[in-house]
Formats: sequence, C-alpha cells, structure tokens
Amino acid sequence: MNPTNNPTFADQQSSSDVVGKPLVRVDGRAKVMGAAVYSAEHNQLPDLAHAVIKTSDVAKGRITGFDDSAAKRIPGVLGIFTHLNLPPLAQTPSTSEGKKKIALAMQMSFTPLTSDQIFYAGQPVAIVVADTLEHAQHAAALLKVSVVAETPVVSYRDTQAKLFTPTEGAAAQVPAKRGDAQAAFSNAPVQLTLTCQHATNHHNPMEPGATIAHWEAADRVTVYDTTQAIASTHKALYVMLGLPPDNVRVVTKFLGGGFGSKLTMWPHTVLTAQVAKAVGRPVKLVLTRPQMFTSMGHREDQQQTLRLGATKEGKLLALLHEKISTTSPWDNYAEMNSKIVHMLYACPNFDASVKLARANVMTSTYMRGPGEAPGSFAIECAMDDLAYQVGLDPIAIRLLNHADKDPGTGKPWSSKSLKQCYERGAELFGWGKRNPKNGATRQGNKLVGWGMASGSYPVHDAQGNARVRLYADGHALVQAAATDLGTGTYTIITQVAADSLGIAPENVYFELGDSALPTTAMSGGSRAAGTVSSSVFLAAQDVWQKLIKLAIADQHSPVYKAKPADVEAVKGRLQLKADSTKGEAFITLMQRIGLDDLEGVATGHYGSSYESPEATLNTPQAKKDDAASHSMHSFSAHFCEVEVDTELGTVHVTRWVSVVAAGRILNSMTARSQVIGGSIFGIGAALMEGTVRDPHLARYTNASLADYHVCVHADIPEMTVAFIDEEDRYINAMGVKGLGEVSIVGTSAAVSNAIFHAIGHRLTSLPITPDKVLKALRKTQ
Amino acid sequence: MNDFHYAKASTAKEAADLMNDQPGAVYLAGATTLLDLMKANLAAPPLLIDINTLPFKGIEQTKDGLRIGTMERMSTVGENPLVVQEFPAVSQSLLLAASAQLRNMASIGGNLLQRTRCGYFRDAAFPCNKRQPGSGCPALTGDNHNMAILGTSERCITTSYPGDLAVALLAFDAVLILQNQKGKQRQVPINEFYLLPGDTPHRENVLEAGELIVAVLIPTATHAQHSTYLKVRERTSYAYALASAAVGLDVQNGIIRSARVALGGVGAQPWRSPAAEKVLTGAPANRATFQDAASAALQNAKPRSENAFKIELAQNTLVRALETVANA
Amino acid sequence: MASEWSPGSSSRRTFIKQTTGLAGLTLAPMNQAEPSAPGPTLVQGATELSLRINGRVYSLRAEPRTTLLDALREYLHLTGTKKGCDHGQCGACTVHVDGERITSCLTLAIMQQGKQITTIEGLAKGDQLHPMQEAFLKHDGFQCGYCTPGQIMSAVACIREGHATSDDQCREWMSGNICRCGAYPNILAAIREVASSQ
Repeated sequence: MNPTNNPTFADQQSSSDVVGKPLVRVDGRAKVMGAAVYSAEHNQLPDLAHAVIKTSDVAKGRITGFDDSAAKRIPGVLGIFTHLNLPPLAQTPSTSEGKKKIALAMQMSFTPLTSDQIFYAGQPVAIVVADTLEHAQHAAALLKVSVVAETPVVSYRDTQAKLFTPTEGAAAQVPAKRGDAQAAFSNAPVQLTLTCQHATNHHNPMEPGATIAHWEAADRVTVYDTTQAIASTHKALYVMLGLPPDNVRVVTKFLGGGFGSKLTMWPHTVLTAQVAKAVGRPVKLVLTRPQMFTSMGHREDQQQTLRLGATKEGKLLALLHEKISTTSPWDNYAEMNSKIVHMLYACPNFDASVKLARANVMTSTYMRGPGEAPGSFAIECAMDDLAYQVGLDPIAIRLLNHADKDPGTGKPWSSKSLKQCYERGAELFGWGKRNPKNGATRQGNKLVGWGMASGSYPVHDAQGNARVRLYADGHALVQAAATDLGTGTYTIITQVAADSLGIAPENVYFELGDSALPTTAMSGGSRAAGTVSSSVFLAAQDVWQKLIKLAIADQHSPVYKAKPADVEAVKGRLQLKADSTKGEAFITLMQRIGLDDLEGVATGHYGSSYESPEATLNTPQAKKDDAASHSMHSFSAHFCEVEVDTELGTVHVTRWVSVVAAGRILNSMTARSQVIGGSIFGIGAALMEGTVRDPHLARYTNASLADYHVCVHADIPEMTVAFIDEEDRYINAMGVKGLGEVSIVGTSAAVSNAIFHAIGHRLTSLPITPDKVLKALRKTQ
Repeated sequence: MNDFHYAKASTAKEAADLMNDQPGAVYLAGATTLLDLMKANLAAPPLLIDINTLPFKGIEQTKDGLRIGTMERMSTVGENPLVVQEFPAVSQSLLLAASAQLRNMASIGGNLLQRTRCGYFRDAAFPCNKRQPGSGCPALTGDNHNMAILGTSERCITTSYPGDLAVALLAFDAVLILQNQKGKQRQVPINEFYLLPGDTPHRENVLEAGELIVAVLIPTATHAQHSTYLKVRERTSYAYALASAAVGLDVQNGIIRSARVALGGVGAQPWRSPAAEKVLTGAPANRATFQDAASAALQNAKPRSENAFKIELAQNTLVRALETVANA
Repeated sequence: MASEWSPGSSSRRTFIKQTTGLAGLTLAPMNQAEPSAPGPTLVQGATELSLRINGRVYSLRAEPRTTLLDALREYLHLTGTKKGCDHGQCGACTVHVDGERITSCLTLAIMQQGKQITTIEGLAKGDQLHPMQEAFLKHDGFQCGYCTPGQIMSAVACIREGHATSDDQCREWMSGNICRCGAYPNILAAIREVASSQ
C-alpha cells in the first residue's frame, strides 16, 4: 500500500457525520425488547441437556470417593462425571507444554476434575448432566463426595501464610526502580506512610458465566460462551480439546457484563465441551450466583504500603510502594498496583515490591482497572494527605507534581490533558468554594466532604483484523470477532464504519462475537475500541483503494485515467482531490460496472505497534514522532461529595463529577455511560464491596448478591461527566484510547478523600463500612 | 431442589388434612423464603401445600386496634392507610425491607418466619448448630461482623430473624393468632413467639407442627401513632439491617408518658428493651434521656471479635429514632 | 432428597403423576382449566401446565418445582426474562403477575396458573415500543442489557404504583433491580421522563 494515498489516520475534519455523536445503541432495541440472545439462550439446539457443577465444601483435602447411588436414580440423568471417569483433555494449562500453548488465554493453570486433590472451597469436583435443569440440580445435590479435609491457608494474613517475592509470572512484572527511593525518603523533610487494606472483590456481572457446547460432529464443536475474548477462548479450547483450530467455533453475540471475569477462559467452559461430547448431546451450563464467587476469579485481598517523601513545599522526592497479596497454590498473580504509582507524578526516586502468599483460593484475575484501581487508591489518598500536611489544595499539590513526561521512561506523552481535566472538573463541581478545613462542614447530623483524585490508564499494545464488504446498494457488512460486553462496541464500530464508508449508520451491519470472523483484540484492558475502530477504518480504506483502481480504469467514470494518488473518497464519493466536482458516488460506479460488492480487509494496531502517518511518511520528524517512542495513557479527574452520618457511620455520595481525556470519543452518550458505570463500580469498592473468607475454613461467607453488596439505585446521585477532546495521532488510526478502565481509576480515592475532608480522618481499609467510620469518629470524641 | 409434591388447598381444613397425611410437609404462601432455602438445599420438604387462596386476609380495624390477615402481602400492609396512620413504624418496617418485587410476593406470615441471613447457616457446606444441632458454630471465631450481641448463646450468635416487621410488631405489643390442624386457634403475644437460641438454636419459635399464623393483632396506642422505624444498612437500600430501632413515644408537655423500644439486627431475636422503656417513661423527652435509654438497652450486650461496633451503632440508632419521634 | 412418600389413602384426592420426559412446548387455546376434582390435587413430576403470558396461553410439561423463571427461559424459550441470581437478590427476572412486579425466580410456575403474566416480550405492541423502552433507548438506560428487561418491567410498575413522583422516591423503589454496569442515573432519567409525561 502506498501511504501517500491511503490514509492511516482518520482526520477529525474528514470524518464527522456520526463519529462522536450520541447515536442510540444499535443493539439497544433488541436489548429493551428482551430479544438479544445471550450465551445461555441458544435454546434452539436439538436435545439440549443441562449440566450442573458440584463443588467442594472444603478448601483443602483429598477426595476419597463418590456415592452416586441416589443421584443416579434421578430420572433423566445422562452422566455424572468426576476425575475418575471424565475423558481426559489433550492439553491442560497445568503442564508446562500446555501452559506454553494456552499462554494467557487462561488465568488459572489448575484444571479441576483431573485428580483427587482439593485446593480451594468451591472447586469443581463433579459435573452432572441431565435432560432438564431440575433433574441436573437435584442429582448434583444428591451426589455425595467423601473427603479427607486438611487445614487450609486462608490469606496472606493467615499465621500459616508464607510470604515470598515472585520471580516469574504477572506478579514479578514490577516497574523498574529509579534513583534511590529509600535514601531519598529518609532524607525527605516531609514523610508520609499510608497503609491500605483491600477486601477481596468479585466482579459479579449480572449475567453469570455460561457455556453451551454443541458437537456438530465427532471432531467439530461450537461453543456459545460468555467471553470477552473470542480469540483466546477459541485458542484455549482447540488446544485443550486437541482439535484443529477450524474445528472449534466460539460464539458470543451478547455479553451481560464481564469487568474482567470473562476475559480469560475458566475451567467450566472446557468442562462443558467435555461432557457434551461424552453424552452426545448439546449441553448448557450456567454457573449459579454462589458459584460465580469461586469460578471466574476475583480481585485479590491485598495490603499496600506507600511511603512518600516530599519537600516542605509539597514536591515529591520519593515513592516507595509495597504490596502484599494472596494468590493461589499454583499461579503468581497480583494486579500490578505500582504501575500507576510509577508514572502518575514527577518524582525522581521510585521503588516498588510485591510479595505473595499462597492460600487455598482460586487464582485471582483482572478486574476493572486491574492494578491501577487499587494503586490509584494508595497514591491518590497519599497525595491528599500530603496536600493537607503542607497546606495546599488537593488540586494544587497535583499540579505542583504534574508529570510533563512519563517519569518512568522519560518519554513524551502521546497526549495528556490531565490539567484540563482538573480545570474542567473543578469548574463543574464548584471546587473553588471548598472549605480548606477538614471536618468543618456540618449539616445537621452529617458532615459534608469534598474530595477529588486523578486517574490514568495505559494504552496496551494490541492488534486486530476487520473485514468490510461494501454493497452496490449502499449498505455494508462489517465483521470482526470483537465482543460487546455493554461497552458499546456494536454501536461505535457502526459509527466508524458509517463515516469511513460515507453511508448512514442504519446501512451498516456490524457483526461481532464469532471466531469465524476476523480475529481481533479482546475486550479488556480498554483495548477494543481503539483496535477494532482502527481496523475497520483501515479496511474501509482498503475498499476505497480497490474502488479507485476500478474507477480510474472505467472510461465512464469522471476520474477515468486519473492517478490513484489524485483521487480521494469523501463521504462515499470518489473524486479528484484537485476538483471535487469531478467525481461520483461509489453506488453509481459499482452499479455501472456491475459490481455487486467489494471487500476490504485490514489489520489495525493499537499502542506502540501502530505506525503513525508521520512515521510512515518518513518526514524529518520521523524519529520524534515515531509512535513507539511515546508513552500512551488516558487521564481523568474525579470529584466527589459525601455526607457522613456521624452517629450512624453511613456514607452517602451526594454529588459526582468525572472529567476524562481519552483521545477521540466515538459516541458521547455511550462514553458517558461507561464513565458513570466505572465511577459507580469504584463507589461500590470504596463503600461496600468485600468478600469474606472464613478465617479457619477458607470458604466465602457472603457469596450472594444479598450479602456481597454492590451499589443499588438509592446509593447513586446525579452524575456529571465531561470529556476533554484530544487528537492523538500516535496511538492508533482513530486516535482512540479506550474508556473502560480509566473510568474507575481514582474513583475509590475520590470517595476516601471526600470522607477525609468530611470527618478529618483518613480511612484506608476498603470497604469503608459504618463500623470503620464510627471507629474513626470515636477518636474525635 | 428436591422433587416434592404440590397441592393447592382451598380451605384450612384441606390444608390441615394434607399436613396430617404428610410428615414434613410445609405451607407455601409467598414462596420467597421457602424457595430460597430449597434452592440452596437447606430445606427439602416432601410436600408443599399452597395456601394462597386461604381466607386469612384483610386489614381491619377492631375495637382495640388492627387485625391483619397473614396472607396479606408486605406491600399491601405497608401502604395500607390504617397502618400508615396508626402504626407508622410498622409501615416503615415493611417498606424498608427487601425490594418492591419481594414485598409484592412475601406474605406477612412468611415474613415472621423468615430465616437468618447468617452465611454459615445459608451455606450447607459449613457446620451450623441451627441447621444441624451439635455440628458447631464457626461464627463464634469466624465472620461475626453482622451477628447478634444480645441474647446469643455459645451455640448460636446470629440474628435469627434478620428482617424488620417483627421488630416493629414487638415494639407495639402485637399478638399472633395461630391456628392448628384441628382449626383451633390460640393467641400468642409476639414477645413470647420467638425463642432465644440457648442450647436449641434450631428451635426458633413456639409454632407447633402444622400450625399456621393466621392473623396479627396490633393494639392501637398513642405511642404507636407516634412511632418510627429506623434501619441502618451497609448500602442505602435492599440490604438487611446492621441495626434498626422501632420506637414509639407518647409525650405530653415534654414528658414521656409511655414508650416502646425494640431493636433489630442486634438481638438473637427481635429485641424489646423494657430497660430502655423504663428509663424513658416519666422522663423528659430530650437527648440526655434518650442516651440513657440507649445505654440501658445495650447494657447486657456481648460482642464477639468483629461486632463490638454494634453496641455504639445500636445506641446511636435508638437515640436517632427517639429524637425523630420526639421532634415530629 | 427424593420423597418416598405416596399420596396416602384419601380417596377425595386426585393424584397426578406422570412419567418424566422431555419437556415440550405446545401452544394451546385457553382450555386448560384447573382440574375440578373434589379436594386438593396432588401434583408430582412433569405435568401439563398452562400459563397465560402476554395475552397468550402457553402449555408446557414441567414439574411443580419448576420456577416461573425457568419455565419462561428453559421451557417456553421466552429468554427476555433474565436469571441473575436465582434468589430474589438482583431483580433481573422481574415480570408482572396480575399487574404487579415480582421476581419470577422465587415463585413456582404451577402457582401462577390462571394469572396474567407479562414479560418484557409482551411490553411492546408489535413493532411499537412501550414508552419505557423508548425512554431507556433515548437515555441509554443500560449497557450490557442483561438487567434491562427486569429494570424496564420494574420501572413500568414503579410508575403505575405511584412510586416515581420524585428522584429519591424512584431511586428507593427501583433499588430491587441491580445494574452492575452502573446505568442508574440514566435509568432514573428514563423513568422520570415517562412518569412526567403521564
């Protein structure tokens, strides 16, 4: 491709009809009518049977036997599978070979139903298949499992726990140190130490994990699964089942939330495929809500200590960050909180460490804003404390320490509008009227506090393919194996395709969620919007290049015999760059030459693998503008007002403002929704979310939506969202940074900072429930 | 869920006959508690007797107060004008419970028989003396954050009744009318209905096998008209109480003539506090009095490792509720 | 535990026990009146049930333990009603029975015979969306869409009950419907708009 006539960056000026506009979700009508078909709802399959997983009561031990005499007697039971009779997998992630092949497609390397060992409460020990759900549930309940129980390790806080420093795995990827943080801290005029505890959190998407496996032939299976990542689930399945890739198809047309829990494949998915093969019928498995607490990962319980050294004026000198958390018996996973501590502020000295303790829990996993969400809690609470200590406004302390380039790498930012986020947020919130004194704004029984915090999230490298088929009647089929977990992928990609092709969005049919479609990035780590939009934009350019070639060869075309480089496509018209009156609509051309449709394909790059137009043009600034030499992050600022009832200990969020700078916003309405959603997730984590494991039995005591509290309507006030427009030419062809994560990062800190302002006490143990508030207030009395 | 038989009774006699024929059979009204337990394999009755068409309905004014049929739904009773006017605390206790959907389903009788939210009881994988007498109580040394601090035993420390209505009914001297399989009725004051755990935490109330709660009588009183129900939760709505208070005051010329105090979320059963009422009666209606009453109410509290905060919280809840009524 | 109990000797009762087989769906006219045998009928095992849903009568073979939610989703393939928790703790399964909102996971299908059941599939009139559905679209009152049918059914009832007259009242009376994506402010806007236009 010739870069001079094949745009690789969508200039804002040239694509503006629907991109950015608040287009109503294209999948919305199906959703509000109950017509959207989620993964567990492909009921049309013939003789669809139901599977129910039986899990372990104890957290550690050994299975000594099963008594299936009563279970077998339940009519309609098609099979009862345990480690004793389940046909083995071709590969599992438990072996080094399997792990290598499956790689990141599975978060947990342990494969249940492969031995008699029990490692965590809720571990699958059997799976029952029957003709009806009721029969399967009943039989699973009647199946008796004999176990020799052992004493489990509960968490990093267990006296039996052994802390270690991981040398491999995700938990070993600690950001590089800079300077001598220990010495700088020791010599700093202002020293602060903040220790934060975070309860275990569970994603709890409203749609439980579910799989339907349908073997269409002995060696060919279609799996309808609740996955945020079609390609990696596809890979994990074909590797584990020992099938050629083409013989496994993964379908996820609608996904009822995920928040990271559906990002990697979990054992129940492949178990469903295994038992479906064994019983010779399509099988549906839906996890129960209690099983959702032990089947698809969680955010690990953790403690972080941040030591911060600063000048008397509040300029950072040192940041020392330590994290201790619980991991599973097999994997070294810890979300990397120190990433954001590393880059958020200019600070010459930085060091971080991670320690793990193995316990009898499943492997924890990515949860909305993995690393950045809890990490921002530590740094943003500490900055708030620093502001208080040196007598500066919380925004002023942040401006004073603003990082003009990435402090970790020294690279320039591809774009950064954090200062504008502060400014706009302060204006929308009325921050200027804030009482600088803590604990001083009382309204009746309540103390009122205002807090704010910054957020940031990196642009993770990704790439993906897309196919665009443009029809002579003016409509287009656009395809990529993306997923839409509520983030708006269906809608924003429709908008991008519409503008790229110069057609109305109602003439675009965007198909996603099927491994038969062009492979693309997972919907996780805020990758999807940037990657898929870029690949679709570029695939549309591929269509135009092909059409231009046809046009200049057609003697009836107004651009006949023009050079390809002199022809451009504008709003569906092929015209001469020099004289736009010389041109015609693609429909006219295609119909005249009898071309029913034309297909374009492209690979879109997101992050440092993207070659910016400047780089490909090889201009003198090439080196400077090379995308890979930039640090790429989105930024945000959140503002929160709370009312704290000083006698009852309850905290209520009464006002909220979020301002986000995340490159080009593809749909202002769905983007706003995503930001609100992230903030509400963060408010929940700050005030109420926490799963509890019994301190002796290592089994969750509140694994339900009645007892694991997430926010309800009554917890949430009116919320204001604003975006700072950015044109970032270095991150991808559409200049999109993604919103899913940055919308939560900093939010819990904003709540805690508002509580600090309200009551004058710093609460750092999450969730901040009434008991903790009362305890803090007792110190005042 | 187990494979049960289902029968719809059209008269109380039919229901009783079915019950007689089948040991272990249970009555089915709103279904919200029963199905919840059955799905978790915590109950497996062989027969469900659907009593939804039985005539234990109506909310009627009697000469002494109000008679509420127990087949009425929480939503109906909670928004009934008579209840709202005569017993604001009862209305509030109903409308602050559960969700609008559940309140449309759950019967008054079923509400009074709901089971604890204790995580150890709710999960059959744990030992639990209430579920399996003698198996132990992990909450004693485990997750007891939301357990009771009054009336507990070494066998069980949970709030056996986690709801709200019974707390309000207890405050205002409600009487339950129970009907046995022979159609014979007896009256049980609600303060005699629930049983403390003691050595038998599996016995939660005095209801005998086959007996039905058919009506609730609440006597009209000035302190009931001037009443409120305050519920403190870990989220703003759709959650069980950490602590709650149903209080009523009859104040004349600044002096409390009569007072009613019951607490939820802190007792092994809904907790009436005669000690607090004694402090209040005859005393001036001010914050000092209310604080004294709150201290008296929690005097015998026995917290465990994680729930000492409930003493202060319950006291503050009670003071706030009393102030709310006094200032109304 | 499967019951070993047999129905006893009482001759007044009709005992329906049918062999358990695959549940099938048939559409039938409104002729499935309650059996009129004297005394209560004991029902066990898969049985013909008749449910009136969205103005249509559906027949299905299901057991007494089949919940209304499972009957809708697994037997009648009306999958618009969602299962989020199966314990009345999330509201995703909200439907109307005789005009009132309930969680369909905590009631048995057999108990709802003879009642008017409305699900999300019955809200629109043909292609014409219910005003609440339109308002949810306009205000982006959802993201993943999984709680949405329950939110919409609850919202329609909330207005009908008179519980959407202020923002705070509406928030409280909608709190039985959890949205993990966090669409609450948008849902509120949708409900308040519909409420104020009525």
